[in-house]
Amino acid sequence: MGFFLETLFGGLMSGMLYSLVALGFVLIYKASGVFNFAQGAMVLFAALAMARFYEWIPHLLGFDNKVLANLLAFGAAVLVMIAVAWLIERLCLRHLVNQEHITLLMATLGVSYFLEGFGQVLFGSDIYKIDIGMPKDPVIVLERVFQGGLLINQEDLYAAAIAAALVFALTLFFQKTATGRALRAVADDHQAAQSIGIPLGRIWIIVWSVAGFVALVAGAIWGSKLGVQFSLSLVALKALPVVILGGLTSVPGAIIGGLIIGVGEKLSEIYIGPMFGGGIEIWFAYVLALVFLLVRPQGLFGEKIIDRV
Amino acid sequence: MATDRKIGDVVLDVRNISLSFGGVKALSDISFDVREHEIRAIIGPNGAGKSSMLNCINGVYMPQEGAISFRGRTFMHMNSRQVAEMGLARTFQNLALFKGMSVLDNIMTGRNLKMKCNLFQQAIRWGAAEREECAQREQVERIIDFLEIQPYRKTPVGRLSYGLQKRVDLGRALAMEPSLLLLDEPMAGMNVEEKQDMSRFILDLNDEFGTTIVLIEHDMGVVMDISDRVVVLDYGRKIGDGAPDEVRLDPDVISAYLGTTH
Amino acid sequence: MLYRENGQFKSTYRADQQIFPILQDRIAIGLFLFAAFAVVPMLASEYLLRAILVPFLILSLAALGLNILVGYCGQISLGTGAFMAIGAYAAYNFEVRIPGMPLLVALLLGGACSTAVGVLFGIPSLRIKGLYLAVATLAAQFFTDWAFLRIRWFTNDSSSGSVSVASLDIFGLAIDSPARKYLLCLAFLVVFALLAKNLVRGAIGREWMAIRDMDVAAAVIGIRPVYAKLTAFAVSSFIVGVAGALWGFVHLGSWEPAAFNIDRSFQLLFMVIIGGMGSIMGSFFGAAFIVVLPVILDALPRWFGLNVDTALSAHLTYMIFGALIVFFLIVEPHGMARLWSTGKEKLRLWPFPH
Repeated sequence: MGFFLETLFGGLMSGMLYSLVALGFVLIYKASGVFNFAQGAMVLFAALAMARFYEWIPHLLGFDNKVLANLLAFGAAVLVMIAVAWLIERLCLRHLVNQEHITLLMATLGVSYFLEGFGQVLFGSDIYKIDIGMPKDPVIVLERVFQGGLLINQEDLYAAAIAAALVFALTLFFQKTATGRALRAVADDHQAAQSIGIPLGRIWIIVWSVAGFVALVAGAIWGSKLGVQFSLSLVALKALPVVILGGLTSVPGAIIGGLIIGVGEKLSEIYIGPMFGGGIEIWFAYVLALVFLLVRPQGLFGEKIIDRV
Repeated sequence: MATDRKIGDVVLDVRNISLSFGGVKALSDISFDVREHEIRAIIGPNGAGKSSMLNCINGVYMPQEGAISFRGRTFMHMNSRQVAEMGLARTFQNLALFKGMSVLDNIMTGRNLKMKCNLFQQAIRWGAAEREECAQREQVERIIDFLEIQPYRKTPVGRLSYGLQKRVDLGRALAMEPSLLLLDEPMAGMNVEEKQDMSRFILDLNDEFGTTIVLIEHDMGVVMDISDRVVVLDYGRKIGDGAPDEVRLDPDVISAYLGTTH
Repeated sequence: MLYRENGQFKSTYRADQQIFPILQDRIAIGLFLFAAFAVVPMLASEYLLRAILVPFLILSLAALGLNILVGYCGQISLGTGAFMAIGAYAAYNFEVRIPGMPLLVALLLGGACSTAVGVLFGIPSLRIKGLYLAVATLAAQFFTDWAFLRIRWFTNDSSSGSVSVASLDIFGLAIDSPARKYLLCLAFLVVFALLAKNLVRGAIGREWMAIRDMDVAAAVIGIRPVYAKLTAFAVSSFIVGVAGALWGFVHLGSWEPAAFNIDRSFQLLFMVIIGGMGSIMGSFFGAAFIVVLPVILDALPRWFGLNVDTALSAHLTYMIFGALIVFFLIVEPHGMARLWSTGKEKLRLWPFPH
């Protein structure tokens, strides 16, 4: 039983990481109707930026304080992601206003490839460390309930807390602010929003910047846990099934979808995996998404898709 | 209005059709019939449910209540392919042409039901499939001649003017050799000459081929001129049904819909 | 001046409907095929044949298959690598387990297996479209990645999923030299291109395009979306499967599942986008582009005397691919094929401006 709970927690925690990446997807889709294939690449790019700035800035400015280095690196990375958002809007999105979804999806695929290459050209392609001061030692809890207690990663708990805070802030943003409402209008119909005076270009820059910020947070946490390397963008691809499960337009859906996928993966690997020779983690999430697509395409919390003639 | 045709029996019977989308009731308890070889118009103000009615008849929408009989077979929900095979074709208000294809190819798709060669024969092409393509091409060229769009046959439809696109839409429907043709606002957006051409086509179809025609139209002059009977809808309900002259004088119709002759 | 249709009047529909209605085109294609079959094998270096032309031919075939699904029928697929893998491993199994199995039959049977799975994964397309379908095809991709790695039966009990094929021969003629491999692949490509072109300009091709352009209107005309979509998946996966079998047997000789991973899927999709969606020619352009570009990028710095390490040029390749995708989608969504046909139209008028 203890082992089951540990696996469960482990799954919840890795699911939380998927959720963070999925959050970026949902934001962009909700606000601009674009399915951003490049979210994973953005996570990688942001993480690389932060990792390298963390190294370079102390050298450049000549100080030693880790906390300050982290803060400055984070800030610099945020600026970089805003610049990225601006460039994507200017060079890519602006010219594809009101094209079909397929075209936009493939454009983001192109952006994804570009960012992956560019990130490694700018920042290097080794494995880098991010150290944001999260405690690495695991803690043992509930020693009296289970023999030996449960091993839980403190880092994961912090990550969960940060993610929760982020979700809360974003939900407030969408529901309560004028910008949030404008974003929802844009997601519905680009041209209509444009025609009532919503500045499409600026809105898109805001959205992609926010998504870039979320990508940075995800990248920082994930990089702190696993190290920053190219495979980060591949793991991020798994966020796609997460948004399918949760619903493309739902922020809570991204969280819950991520948790379900994280837990599902871990549990299925341990309990069903051995029957099939193991390694089913690579496809479990996708097949689950496939099942959902056949049964309930809008996901758990998404809006029903109506096809009008 | 051609008077020397014989108007036959009821070929399409719409009974108590009700249709809603979410909370919006598009059609309430609509019943009317269409007789063979006649030209039946459906008129009414915008939003009256005319297009929705047409969509129910050819299986695009599924009404919640009621039934439709076509050639003696009753359907709760019309199956698009089945009714197409039984000889029902339509044009669309918003055209719905296949933008990526030429005029010729668009009309050829209308011949699809008649094409019998399987995948392998088509892949080889030489022999049966080539003969079939040429035979169908011949039929399509007759339609192109009828609609006078020969110079445009290889042009991608996206490049044509609206009036010409409407003709291609009609051509595609005609390619199905329908016995019943549903026309959704065939004259919308046309100038006087184009309307005259289109009216001529419709009358010729009815005269030469005996095609039964159900059309939605706003232009009162056209409706009065060419139709045999008229159904009037307003807010999803039927408020008039009869010969054009009767309907024109009906007080309900007049108050709901001030018909103007363009 | 040279490229004019003057005097070329068609008096039968058959003549009007041919694949190359303009005489100059027919001559050009004839010469081109002659050169491809007779001249190239004699003149090209082993390196050119082995490393550039053979991959180009096989990937063109795969791109052709994918184009039918994505370009003509409008169903997006990110799992093409999976279908190549199925073709390759299935052909391998037929060859290894059935003694005396002829190579050609094994390759075609590999394609047939790919067709069966393709139709299965096409079933979701009846209910979902666009980006949702893309995720469903990803399921196919990752599932087959795993299946060929872990399910021993598929790989004749190889622990890492890697297999290799013995020497190839057709009717007793050994296919061992690069020139013969090139000719085999060229023959496959020409035959399949012809069959594909016939399908695409026939009734089923119009059905596919109708579904792509407006599936509701297609249903009203009497086109069955189920039949159209599933045949698109079937034909596409057959061609992709055969291409996969060729890739494994002829180009690689021995392979493991990673040869058909998601990068391959994206690579093929890029070929279709850049080359031109909904165009047979486009598949060739796209494949040529994507095969040749990394070679040029590798060689270019050396021509200028710069030393660029391979990692950097790999990254630059990614950047250039990505940028080109976006460029083509913005400027010419119909890809290089449209640029080519626009060029030909201008050539018809040359030297007059219009």
